[in-house]
Parts: sequence; C-alpha cells; structure tokens
Amino acid sequence: MTENARGMFVDTSVCTGCKACQVACKQWNEIEPGAGPIPMTDEKAVVEHRAFTGDSYDNTGHLNAYDWRHVKFIEQIGPDRSTSDRTGARWLMMSDSCKHCEQAGCLEVCPTGALYRTQFGSVDIHQDVCIGCRYCVGACPFGVIEFNKNTGRVNKCILCQDRLEQGMSTACAKACPTSSLTYGKVDDLKRMAADRVRALHARGQTDAYIYGWDLGNSGTITAGPNKNAAVKDMEVVGGLNVFYLLMDKPEVYSLPSAPSLPQRNFAPSAGVSLISAAVLGVTGLAAFRRRRMTDAAVTAD
Amino acid sequence: MDLQHSDAVVFMGSNMAECHPVGFKWPMKAKARGATLIHVDPRFTRTSAMCDYYVPMRSGTDIVFLGALINYVITNNKYLEEYVKEFTNAATLINEGFKDTDDPGQDGFFSGYNPQTRAYERTTWQYQTDQAPVRVPEAPPGQTPEVREGQERPPSPLPGVGARPGQLGAGTIVGANFAELIANRLPGTPKVDKALQDKNSVFQILKRHYARYTPEMVEKICGTPKDLFLKVAETITANSGKDKTTAFVYAVGWTQHTTGVQLIRTAGILQALLGNIGRPGGGIMALRGHATIQGCTDIATLYNIHPGYLNTPNANANHDTLRDYILTETQPTSFWSNTPAYVISQLRAWFGDAGTPENDYLYDTLPKITADHSHLPIFVEMAEGKIKGMIVTGQNPATSINSSFQRKAMRNLDWMVVLDSYETETAAFWRDVVYNDVDGKRVSPKDIKTEIFFLPAAHIAEKDGSMTQTQRTVQWHDKAADPPGDARSDLFFWYDLGKRLKRRYASSTAPRDLAIRHMTLDYDPAPADVAEWKHKDEPSAFKIFTEINGFDWKTKAPLNSFASLTADGNTACGAWIYTGMLQVVQGQMVNRARMTPGKNDGWVSPNWGWAWPGNRHQLYNRASADAAGNPWSPRKKFTYWDAAARTWKNDSGEGIDFVLTKAPDAAANPRGIGVAFHSGAAPFLLKTDGKAWLFAPTGTSDGPLPTHYEPWESPVKNLLYKQDQNPITKIWNVEGNKYNEFAGNEFPTVITTYRLTEHHLSGVMSRWLPWLAELMPELFVEMSPEFAAEKGITNGEYVTVSSSRGKTHARALVTKRLRPFNLDGKVVHQVGMPWHWGYMGISTGDIANNTTALVADPNVSIHEGKAFTCKIEKGKV
Repeated sequence: MTENARGMFVDTSVCTGCKACQVACKQWNEIEPGAGPIPMTDEKAVVEHRAFTGDSYDNTGHLNAYDWRHVKFIEQIGPDRSTSDRTGARWLMMSDSCKHCEQAGCLEVCPTGALYRTQFGSVDIHQDVCIGCRYCVGACPFGVIEFNKNTGRVNKCILCQDRLEQGMSTACAKACPTSSLTYGKVDDLKRMAADRVRALHARGQTDAYIYGWDLGNSGTITAGPNKNAAVKDMEVVGGLNVFYLLMDKPEVYSLPSAPSLPQRNFAPSAGVSLISAAVLGVTGLAAFRRRRMTDAAVTAD
Repeated sequence: MDLQHSDAVVFMGSNMAECHPVGFKWPMKAKARGATLIHVDPRFTRTSAMCDYYVPMRSGTDIVFLGALINYVITNNKYLEEYVKEFTNAATLINEGFKDTDDPGQDGFFSGYNPQTRAYERTTWQYQTDQAPVRVPEAPPGQTPEVREGQERPPSPLPGVGARPGQLGAGTIVGANFAELIANRLPGTPKVDKALQDKNSVFQILKRHYARYTPEMVEKICGTPKDLFLKVAETITANSGKDKTTAFVYAVGWTQHTTGVQLIRTAGILQALLGNIGRPGGGIMALRGHATIQGCTDIATLYNIHPGYLNTPNANANHDTLRDYILTETQPTSFWSNTPAYVISQLRAWFGDAGTPENDYLYDTLPKITADHSHLPIFVEMAEGKIKGMIVTGQNPATSINSSFQRKAMRNLDWMVVLDSYETETAAFWRDVVYNDVDGKRVSPKDIKTEIFFLPAAHIAEKDGSMTQTQRTVQWHDKAADPPGDARSDLFFWYDLGKRLKRRYASSTAPRDLAIRHMTLDYDPAPADVAEWKHKDEPSAFKIFTEINGFDWKTKAPLNSFASLTADGNTACGAWIYTGMLQVVQGQMVNRARMTPGKNDGWVSPNWGWAWPGNRHQLYNRASADAAGNPWSPRKKFTYWDAAARTWKNDSGEGIDFVLTKAPDAAANPRGIGVAFHSGAAPFLLKTDGKAWLFAPTGTSDGPLPTHYEPWESPVKNLLYKQDQNPITKIWNVEGNKYNEFAGNEFPTVITTYRLTEHHLSGVMSRWLPWLAELMPELFVEMSPEFAAEKGITNGEYVTVSSSRGKTHARALVTKRLRPFNLDGKVVHQVGMPWHWGYMGISTGDIANNTTALVADPNVSIHEGKAFTCKIEKGKV
C-alpha cells in the first residue's frame, strides 16, 4: 500500500439505510438508472425489472454492473421480540461496494491491463482496453465486478476516479448524512476506525470489529443468532482500501470470512503446466526441426 | 442542531432517520457523545435500528404513554422544582367551578360541555385573579377630536371607502391611542399558591388528572410492556434536571390524530415539569414535513392565519372594523401586546399609500372567513357542488385523505389549474386510469366536465428564493439554471395572475374590487439585476423577501428588528417574525459556502442560519437560567444575567428571547402592558402570564388538559373513561365517508400510514425519478408474521386493505419488525402502509389513502391518517 492510498471507512453501526449513496453513485457516474440493459424509455420494463423483492427494504439485490453500490438490510429480531435493550432486536444495514483490495484478484487476472491500480491505490477500469473476457468476474472473491451486456465490458465501483483527481471525495461519501461512509487517506481512516471501535466497546457494543485490516480489536457479539460468538479484526486479501466496521460475523453481511484469490490455487498447477509446456515445446521443436530437415532435403533436389 | 447537546432523545411520532435523514446526524452526534436514544413507535423502523431502546406502542395511545410519564415524574418527585414553581403555571389557581374528567359524573368530559353544540364553554377553565383594574369610558371608534367637535370628516382618498362609519374603511382607528386602549383592558393578576398545595392549583389538578395513568394502564392500553415503559421513565428523569436535558422529537405521527393538538401538549407539560424547555439539548423538536413547510405556515398557506401568525379576519369574531380586529386580537399582557404595530405595518406593505388611517388602511377590503375552510371541509363543499374552480399547487389531493371521495368531488369543478413539475394524479384524475372509485365503477373521461389547465412548474434549483426549515432558520438560494421550456416558478404564476387581475379591474368602481386595485404588486426586478442567462420575465424573489423583512416606509431602509415596527403607518412589514433576517441573509449569500456551524460559525449558527424571531434559535431561552438569572449548571450554561452589566448575555451569539435589561428579580407590574405585566422570572413571553402552561385556560377547544380518547376508529373501547372518543372531534357524515364501526368486528386491525426515505409525500418528487423509484418500486403493507399466518398470507403476495371508504391492493411485507399487541387480554394486530403511490409516474400503485376517513382534530382540522382501522384479506379482492 502506498502512503498516498485513498479509500473509505464504512461504519455500519451508524448506517441508517437511506440509500443516498446508491443514488449519488448512479448520478455522478451517470449509470443508466433502474435497469441497466433495459432502456429507461420503456418505463414498464423498468418497473418489472426492479420488482418488489420482499427482502426487507432491499430492492436492488446485489452489486452488479449497474449497481456499483448496494445497501444490505439484515433484520435480526428474535421470536420473542425482546426489546429490553438494543440486543433484543437489530436491523443491520451496510453500504457495500468494491473494496479496492490490496491484492486485487480482478486486476491480477486481467489479460489486457484494463484493470489497473491508480495513483490513489484504487482499482479502476480502462473501458477502452477491456475486451470483455470476464476473467475478472470469476477472480473477485466478493462478487463485485460484473459484465455489462450493454457495453460488452465490465463495470464496478471505480472510487470516483475523476472526482479524486480533482481533489474531491467520493460521491457516496459526500451524500452520506450520518458519516457511515468516510472518504480519506487509508492511514487516517484506520486510526479513525480504531477509535470508533474503542468508543463502541466502551458503550457496551462489543460486537464492533474491523473487516479489511487487523487493527488488533476483538469483541463479542451481543445480539442476534450469533450472540456470544467471538469476533476480531481481520485482514482480508492483503488489506481492503474500502474497509468496514461490522457488528456481526462477516457471513451475516454476505462477506467471506476467509476469502482467497482463485489464482492463488493455480500456482502449483501452473508450475506443472509450465513443465508440461516445456516438454511439449521441446518435443514440438524437435519434430519441427526434423520436418525442416526434410523440407531442406526436398529443396535440395 | 441543538439535539447534539441532548443527554437523552425520545423519538415518538417521528421516524426521523427515515423521514429526516440529514437532520438525523445531530442526534447521532449526541449518541456518539454518550446520549441515550429511544424510539417509541408501533413499527420497528430504521430509526429504531439506531436507538438504544425500541419501545413498541399501539397507534393512537400516545397520551396514555406520556400521561403516565407525567404521573411518574410527579409521584416520584422527579420534576425540577424551582423551574416548575417559577416558570410554569403550576402554582396558579383555577376557577373553583372547574370539574375534571375524573370528577363524579364527568365520565371523561371537562366542565362546560354543551352536547347540543358539541363544544366547550371555557369559563370554568379560567384563572382565579385579583380584581381587574376598573375600565375607564372610551371615546367611540373613529371619532377624532375634530369629529367630536361636530366637523365633517376629511373625505376619503378612495372612492367608495370611508364615506360613513360602518362602511368600507370608516377610519375607526383615527386618533386611537392603542397603548391607552390596551391598558384599559388589563386583567387582574392571577392568584397563586407557591407551595403548590391548594386543591385548585394547577399542580394539584394535574396530579389528580393523571393519577390513573399508570405503567399498568400503559401496558393494557398501549400494549407496551410495563418494564420497558419504566425504562423510558427512568432514562428521561435521569437525563433531566439542572445538569442534564432530554429532548423529544416528533413529526406527523403525533399531529395526525383527532387528539393531535392535545397529544403534543402532553409532551409540553412533561418537558415543562422536567425543566427541559428553553434550555440547550432540551425542548420538543417538531420535524416539519418538507423543506420549507415551516415557511409555508409562517407566510401563510393556512386559511386562518395571515403572515406572522396574525389571525385571519373572521365574520364570527368581533372583527368588524380594524379597531375591533386589533382590540380583539391584542393580548394586553403578553408579547402580543404589540399586535397593532404588526397589523398596520402588514396592511402598509400590502396596500402602500392607498391605505391611510382614515380608510383603516383598507382593512375592510380583506375577505373574512366564515367557518372552517381547511382542506377536508373544502372538499366536502366541493362534493356538494358549492365550489366551481380550484388552483392546485404543491398539492396532490387525488391521493389525499379518503382519496376516492376527493377525486369524486373534483368532478364537480368547472375548472381546475394544476401547477406542478409532472402530470400528477390530481392533474390526471379525469383520465381513464382512475379505478376503484367511490361507487366501485370506472369513470369515463366523457363523464367528467372539469376543464383542466396544467402549467409546468420549476423545480427548486430552477428558482431563487428562501426556505425556512424545521428549526425556523431562513436560508437563501439562488437558482442554478432556468427551468426548461414554458416552466416557470410558482412566484411567476401568482405574480402574473395578480397583474392580470389588476389590469382587469383597473377601472372598476365596485368596493369589492378595491383590494385588487390597490394592492402593491411591484416586484419586477431591475433589469441590471438579472443575469444574462436568466429568464427575464420572473419577478424578483428578493424584493418580496425585503418586503417580508420590513422597511421604513419613507426612507425604504430595511429594518433590523421587529421592535422598530410602529402602528402609525411609518413602517411596512410583510411578517413581523421575519424582521431582521435581511442583514444576516445578505451576509449568507456571500459567505454561506464558507461557513460551517460549530466550526467557523457558533454551534447555534447565528450567521449560517438566521432563525425567527430575532435570530433566536432556542425559544424562551431565558429559561436556560434559573429564577435568579444564573445558569442551572456550568454544563448547561446558555442565556444568563450579567449582574454587573445589568443585562442578559449569551456567549454563543444566540438572540436573547427576553427583555434584554429586565432583571431576574424585577417585579410584575399589574398596570404594565405586555411583558411589563410579567416579572423577571417569566420566560414564556408569548403567554399572558409569562409562564409555561401546564393547564391551558384558552387556546384548546377540547380541554385544558390532555386526556386519552381512543382514535375515532379503534378496535377497543376507552379503558380510562366512559367517553370513548374525543367528544368534539370534527366529523363529516356525508356520502362516501362512512366510518368503521367503533370497536366493531368487521375492521379489527389497526393501521397507520407513513413515509419512506426513498419517496417523498405523494411521490410527485420521487416516483417520477427512476433512481428513486427503483429503490422502492411498489406499494406494500407491513405486517407481523403472526398476523400473516393467521390470514394465510405469504411474504410478497398481494393483499387487499379495506375500510368503509374503499380498498387498496398492496404487496405483503411480512416482518418481525411489527408485532401483535396484547391489550388487557385481547390480541390486536397492527399493520402499516406507506402512502407514496398513485396511478401516474414511473412507479405506480394503489393509493393508500383510499382507506382513510374525513375526520379531524377539533383545534386544527388535521385528519387521523396515523390511527384508524381496516380489514386485511389475502389476494386482490
């Protein structure tokens, strides 16, 4: 990580689920509202595409080529509706996006260099270099990046690269009314996150821990199905430049608890492949050489 | 912003995180500092998710909950004694004839009830007072000394005005000395028992009134577990007192009830007992419904108030002449003793030089109201064919309360003008898209005679103007772009209409046309002030802003304080409460982008946001010091008396809401006019005795103390009194507005309507926007899993919500965030439905208000959309 790395700290403990970040993202990045592949002029199609899901207050489902930001809603209310304090009933909300990983699977597998590390440490996409091969889609451990059927290329959050170049914060962080999303230097954000976890623990909210970097915190979940389970800060794929303060196990937020990059598993097999390739290559060359010799003989005639 | 200083915040009747998401950052700041947040609501919402405690409560039972808190505070001696004794009317003695709702034979009624008129006569609710000063005989109105000597009155400058007394503009105020006239109307001084022991003292009456509002009663009526109620009681009392303050936050969840006004008063009583009014981090935060609805109330979209909270002249009051109006409306012993200056300055602003004392400043040309002309009765009259035309702007009545009734009523109009940014449900009510009407039949456009004019309106960023937001702070905004095509600001429309009317009636000699002929309408901008790229035909919003602020009539110099306003025609002012805003707002226009409250502008933001009146963000802030003028505690220091300098001070730049040099130990002057009648320990200067009213002798039509009545439609009877409902509820027994049987079996489910973060009001500013529409694409009704199981309903399927008025189809959203209530052994289910949808726009759906009723609070005619009954059926029925 460069000292200059910029990112975001996502404090889910103060997210009110207002979705202003989702709207700000689409507005700034001029993402076709609503439907992606469906033209907005077809209003009926838009409505049908974006149907009521019945999944709490979430009607956009997941991150994709047209939703670069997505707020998750997790209702944790026990059957007895115990409400004597905050541990009895919780409604967790989390604004999710690309994490701009230190070891970015998408970037590592990109064959054309369309995905690249910016001067801010984030991962951006050169749309004109993307060939739509979709290797990156499978390489992302978070399911963030997706193929855009409209353009034949891939899309995801690019940390508002154009805004950052102008010295501005990301659009979503600017729109956030409760400072659940804070943009800044990753080093500063880590300090802020550590302070915040300590403050929450002091208030008895020992659930709080950091997902993305190991800042040394550990705690105990106070509510929900995982009550009393231990949690502690976790560094994820070398660190996440967009990292989270969570109040429950990662799985509750549909985040992997021990993500790894698919290409890491390829290393041994890739070695085998290389050796095979070398053997095949030598054999092939030998065969070619024999053929050349034959050809030469014919020419000599 | 003051919420950041609270030690506890109770959200009740408000879903602040969802409906006021930006302002919600202030209570979140308090929470980060260690404050406790509590949400009391029928539904577990996104606000509940942010709070330390979620407290469930059945819709419409707030007075029981708050009344029980009052009872807890009194019986456990948790009130701030000095505050209660000195700053409230707790010690005041009430008329011996007063009978309370619990007294023998009262059965839930106060004394003074007249069953024939369904109204209260309030004599027995009044204070006991010393003998009033003897009145001296007054000169008859309009008789100047010259006239008394038998001379002819000077001829009126306007034809048809002031020819004879009793005619238009009779000169009734010529020679009137208002100070003398007001002094001649001074009442006696209220009697008090500072020990609070007299059985007729407000404190003892209050104590008796709420004695049966117990935690057990809360459990039986509200459905709130007793231990949870006690947790709230303990939290707010532990976080109130000299060193701590608790705030209450409400929105329309408190107002939209047939007991709405009394409900809010209950919180006022509680906060006054706890000493939480006029102090930092205390108070009752009324969250208004949208950006400048506070400004709309101030300047004045309500039929019964003129700008600045001056009552509209009323044919049923003693308002016959300007003199009658002023003397009726002027309270001799409160800050409202200045009413003559506010009224005459306003008439000066409206009619300019055409108004003179001799023609009563053209007061008689103002229309007088004759009855309740608020929204619901207007539509009842429309249904009866009494209203021929309507101009609709910023409203969408086709989706409003009992919406099928309102849509049907609109068919009786000959013409309708709709100004809006999109073709709303109202503008399109004639179209073949309207279904589910009163008679259950589709309506063909052929059968609708109404001629409709749709005028495209500008959006907020496309017009100049000011906004007054929920904290009464005024902020100016310049337009960022011109609206497209023919779209213009609302201001353009009204200004243009006014100018057309003036041309139309220019040569009329009829007295009824005088107001139009003589109203000032000179808001054309100086051409040099209009930027090259802007439309040239828009009026200058800033000129109107200047008129509202007020100015010296001769020199045209803007005024900086309402204290400069006079009753002699030398000042013009559109609304006295706004006098002085200009100087701050002009600075804002230059500097606001560089100002941040709490950083380079004090936390009360005196320059970033000017608050009416007189830049006082915290009303009654003299109460932030004790009776002797010292801060209640160093931690809660705000306004205080500087004995050395003999003046009140506030170190944060806040405007002081008190007479600046009136010492805390100043005695009340029984012969003093206005606030001079009060002592130096009377912070509530808009009240006739300067005290916070625990008991309200006037101002409320349905009782001096808040009392629990069930909503007009409720599944259960009133456990506290024989009288089930508010006895003087406004009801309309008209076709298409049938009420559900009270405590009947056909409609057993409690329902409340509400808003979501993703949409705004009836959806006109959100359902047309794809980015918002996709976030909440369809109407739904929230219900508990227990209820869904009982009805065989699965999550996401369509259900039918019906009442005696109509029905609505919606998706079921089954969630544990709702719960059944166990009320004294009876299980009552509650559901909730957002009211954002209609048949136009990108995201369309049924109208939630098909099911609501025309029924209203007797004080302010607000409907009861927050608590009524319904039936839920599986599928589209």
